[in-house]
Amino acid sequence: MSLLQISQVSKRFGGLQALEAVSLSISAGQIHGLIGPNGAGKTTLFNLITGLYSADSGQFTLLGKSYRPQSIHEVTLSGIARTFQNIRLFGEMSALDNVRVGRHSRSSAGVLDAIWRTKYFHREEEKLREQAHALLEYVGIGRYALHRANSLSYGDQRRLEIARALATEPRLLALDEPAAGMNASEKNVLRDLIQRIRGDGRTVLLIEHDVKLVAGLCDRITVLDNGRVIAEDVPDQVQRDPRVIEAYLGSSS
Amino acid sequence: MQALKHRWPLFLVLALALVLLPLAVQGLGAGWVRILALAMLYVLLALGLNIVVGYAGLLDLGFVAFYAVGAYMYALMASPHLTETFASLGQSFPQGLHTPIWLVIPLAAGLAAIAGALLGLPVLKLRGDYLAIVTLGFGEIIRVFMNNLEHPVNITNGPRGLDRIDPMSLWGLSLSKPLVIGDFKIASVTLYYWLFLALVVFSVIVCYRLEHSRIGRAWMAIREDELAAKAMGINTRNMKLLAFAMGASFGGVAGAMFAAFQGFVSPESFSLMESIMIVAMVVLGGIGNLPGVILGAVMLAALPEVLRYIAGDIQNLTGGRIDAAILRQLLIALAMISIMLLRPQGLWPSALAKSAHGRAQ
Repeated sequence: MSLLQISQVSKRFGGLQALEAVSLSISAGQIHGLIGPNGAGKTTLFNLITGLYSADSGQFTLLGKSYRPQSIHEVTLSGIARTFQNIRLFGEMSALDNVRVGRHSRSSAGVLDAIWRTKYFHREEEKLREQAHALLEYVGIGRYALHRANSLSYGDQRRLEIARALATEPRLLALDEPAAGMNASEKNVLRDLIQRIRGDGRTVLLIEHDVKLVAGLCDRITVLDNGRVIAEDVPDQVQRDPRVIEAYLGSSS
Repeated sequence: MQALKHRWPLFLVLALALVLLPLAVQGLGAGWVRILALAMLYVLLALGLNIVVGYAGLLDLGFVAFYAVGAYMYALMASPHLTETFASLGQSFPQGLHTPIWLVIPLAAGLAAIAGALLGLPVLKLRGDYLAIVTLGFGEIIRVFMNNLEHPVNITNGPRGLDRIDPMSLWGLSLSKPLVIGDFKIASVTLYYWLFLALVVFSVIVCYRLEHSRIGRAWMAIREDELAAKAMGINTRNMKLLAFAMGASFGGVAGAMFAAFQGFVSPESFSLMESIMIVAMVVLGGIGNLPGVILGAVMLAALPEVLRYIAGDIQNLTGGRIDAAILRQLLIALAMISIMLLRPQGLWPSALAKSAHGRAQ
């Protein structure tokens, strides 16, 4: 079943056609890779999906329904969560609070609940604390729950960002270059984590430069070049595709 | 939270000390209790601004505008000015307007909150310096309004201000007269001090509970990274408006209390310098941390009074060139610069910000 379907999407920035008639379909329960050389339009497409930009033309369909986000927080409400290429945590807040902020849209205590400390408030806070601790354990940084987010190591910050995104209960988890700047052992931990997330029934969209990581992880890969889709297939086929090789290594002639 | 529950004996002692403080100071002269009472009002203002600046990270340099809104609201609703100016109103209220405190507090909070949201709307997309400039302008606009709203219809009585404002009264007990119990006389300022202290305690509880809630965490997320906060599903527009409105409501209540306490309001009480003082209190004490904000407010509110005792000597030494007002600004400037250089988190930062490894207790 297709979770997110993108058809004939175009986006132009002034004189630059960043995306031209891009179509792609992300199946539920899969890890979908999005690769391409620098400037291919990966991040533009990612920002269209997550509501940072709006498309000039084209259709988005999320779970069979037309999807046209008006603002970024609505994207999250409709079930798409993202991480950022350059980590954007709430640095002065604890890891636990970062994840609890992620639960914002799935909790509802208001100002009066907070001031009167109603029964509802206490029940919800208790639940939030448990859920946040569970998510920190899930990504493997449970022991740092009360540490300030920007005091964590680089790899742990990446994992905290994933835990925070998972807290919004996304159907689609969009990861923007999660392995950027990681060493080999951190990459292995990340690979296990992403596989575990898929194992728990979530769909992952992965933008990545590291072709080896993408090929090992993804069920399907879409390759962008110059704002067009030049290949979409399983990793083995994509790696053999002459157009992909040409886009990455240049033509042989 | 758990830590607070175990420290209740400390709180009890602190509360008793705060309640008994004016009785001890009363003997030295009513002037000292008056300083304490005014310090409480500044704490109230600083707590309100802390919601906007400390939690939501929106630098507001026009906070005194909400103080003015509250003060003028009470002044108009509890002085003879309106009934004397408008004959028809005077006929409907032959005894004059005398709004009771139970109505004043929610009205001042509500009106200031509306003013806060109105300021918030046009500045939603602004950040940092630009936001500071617009809010600074807003503060000045309110003051200029108060100064000029006497033509064609005399509403604020212009620069002459409004006088003969009712003192507060609780259950028929007027706070303007000393309370005599047997042989013991409790001064009027002491009664005001207790009223303001009660409001401060109430406000601290509200602030603490907001800080440790879903709402407070959303504000702090906006302060740390607005785009990431949006990506977490936070409606940042509504949350910012809420911060402006909540913060302003504290300022409005403080303003109404100020008007009753002084019995007189005029535009010059609400100058830019006051706004800057309130920001300085929040920053000096420890931005976003309640004990720090209270400490900063008390310190800066008491500073001019302390200076009164040493300024004379310095004035003589410099041949009259440096007087108390200049000295006060000089010392505040020095204090702010030293804080920025030596303790950018303020005198009493939050536990998480203070610890080297970012570990909370």
